[in-house]
Amino acid sequence: MRPFSYARADGQAAAIRAVSAGGAGTRFLAGGTTLYDLMKLGVEAPERLVDINALPAIRGFDTTGPRELVFGAGARMSDVAADPRLVAEYPALSESLWKAASQQLRNMASLGGNLLQRTRCAYFRGGEPFACNKRVPGSGCAAREGIDRGHAVLGGSEACIATYPGDWAVALAAFDGVVDVAGPNGSRSIPLDALHREPGTTPEVETSLGRDEMILRIRVPVTPLGRASTYHKIRDRESYAFALASAAVALRMEGEVVREARIALGGLATRPWRAREAERGLVGQRLTAEAARAAGDAALRGARPGHHNAFRIELGARTVADALLIARQRV
Amino acid sequence: MDEMPHERGDIPVSRRGLVIGATLAGVPLVRSDAAAQGAATRGSVPGSLEVSLTVNGEARRLVLDPRASLLDTLREGLALTGAKKGCDHGQCGACTVHLDGRRVASCLTLAVQADGRAVTTIEGIAPAEGDLHPMQQAFIDHDALQCGYCTPGQIMAAIACVQEGHASNPDEIREYMSGNLCRCGAYAGILAAIQDAAPKMRVG
Ligand SMILES: Cc1cc2nc3c(=O)[nH]c(=O)nc-3n(C[C@H](O)[C@H](O)[C@H](O)COP(=O)(O)OP(=O)(O)OC[C@H]3O[C@@H](n4cnc5c(N)ncnc54)[C@H](O)[C@@H]3O)c2cc1C
Ligand code: SF4
Ligand code: FES
Ligand code: FES
Repeated sequence: MRPFSYARADGQAAAIRAVSAGGAGTRFLAGGTTLYDLMKLGVEAPERLVDINALPAIRGFDTTGPRELVFGAGARMSDVAADPRLVAEYPALSESLWKAASQQLRNMASLGGNLLQRTRCAYFRGGEPFACNKRVPGSGCAAREGIDRGHAVLGGSEACIATYPGDWAVALAAFDGVVDVAGPNGSRSIPLDALHREPGTTPEVETSLGRDEMILRIRVPVTPLGRASTYHKIRDRESYAFALASAAVALRMEGEVVREARIALGGLATRPWRAREAERGLVGQRLTAEAARAAGDAALRGARPGHHNAFRIELGARTVADALLIARQRV
Repeated sequence: MDEMPHERGDIPVSRRGLVIGATLAGVPLVRSDAAAQGAATRGSVPGSLEVSLTVNGEARRLVLDPRASLLDTLREGLALTGAKKGCDHGQCGACTVHLDGRRVASCLTLAVQADGRAVTTIEGIAPAEGDLHPMQQAFIDHDALQCGYCTPGQIMAAIACVQEGHASNPDEIREYMSGNLCRCGAYAGILAAIQDAAPKMRVG
């Protein structure tokens, strides 16, 4: 691992200044479960780490507000997953956290770092000799002719088909989450849906966040759709694995009829994937098994298989359908 | 990891060297220069940091290469080899220890991040010399191991699992123990051991 220097920030402004002034090799450090992991692999090689874990201002979260739920970027996944109000009123948000990683990692990992976790593409993580446009722009993509079983069927490009692996961002996308960030030139808010980018011709650029912008908090508008929601996650093993396919869904029903629906896909796309067309198709429909399946097909419309991942198109459609029927029972 | 920490309690270095913030606003990044220089004269890498932590109840001061994981620091620097290295990437749980009472993967924890905090390892859970923690006893009673490599991590995770309140039924135990893999497949014994130890821990 390349040597680096480490400093702990005890103020938000100082942390941002340090990262801003430090140049490209200076990075924020939260739980380290993505960054330190990739440093060990040589995929990340920062020169300076600015540890933001000691900033109390970003550690808390509040799910009791009348208008929005507020999650500090430094709050730990395990603490937020166990919040009784979230469990009862927004099960999809809680599930997206406790179905991720392991309790050890959730005790370490922050909500902000979670959003910025990087792909699990084996050729990206594997380093040399594999070509990878995300790791070394212009070098090619080993996954395209390699083992692409876990790669994206939605949102890929010639340059990169890496799956966005996170769960929390998918649930946030369904609930219209907003990310508040601060940089050297002030603060702004980014809709969660605009935070992650499709790879296009620049897969190394993964988000719309500036290098020296710090995520302060994530906000979710209070909504009546919270209760009838679920994060349905299908994995190779029952727990402690990334999604082969997942769906965050939320419903507002009137009797048997869908009044409003939210559907976001995880594990299938190059970014958290909101399926708005599938949502619209459900409105005014009775939520039968057939309607749920039709929504699943609509959500996967336009999916493009590679060599080994075509099964995940069908799996994705079924995951959405099952998620809708699970959420429906929670009305 | 090739650079190992050296234990050292003799050089007075301010821990403020670790911190950037209000008092040092405007200074882009401050490393503990005194520590770095002191360490350099002892053949340590430049950029080393002095860290104070409590390990199994005992205060320790270490000079660390920032690259060092908590796992390597415990094993190589403090000769606490109970925590095991299975994967070094957060994927197996063999390195599980408690940091301020919560279970973490020590392989993905930078040792410098443990500054000022309390670490508990498998070596520190027995109530007294010669006694066993109820979870250790239950692992023996239920044959919850074969080769034993995963066992210190399993036991540290299992104790936390009970303390968190995540051991009320078999499904919940399986879910909240999923971060600990056992290549020998001792899962049935591990589950039984946790079910057995949980009420004893609540009493004790
Ligand atoms: C074995 C394993 C299994 C996993 N399984 C899952 C899973 O099933 N589902 C899932 O969703 N995730 C999973 N993860 C990923 C894990 O959830 C993330 O690694 C974690 O959430 C990242 O958070 P962190 O605080 O550790 O981030 P760090 O590693 O500290 O940071 C990650 C990135 O974000 C930047 N950063 C951190 N905080 C901020 C901030 N406030 N502002 C700006 N930039 C910031 C850092 O500079 C870095 O680039 C798994 C990880 C491992 C190792
Ligand atoms: S899919 Fe993307 S991350 Fe994976 S090898 Fe290709 S370019 Fe790299
Ligand atoms: S060695 Fe830490 S999780 Fe495997
Ligand atoms: S007892 Fe051998 S790995 Fe668990």
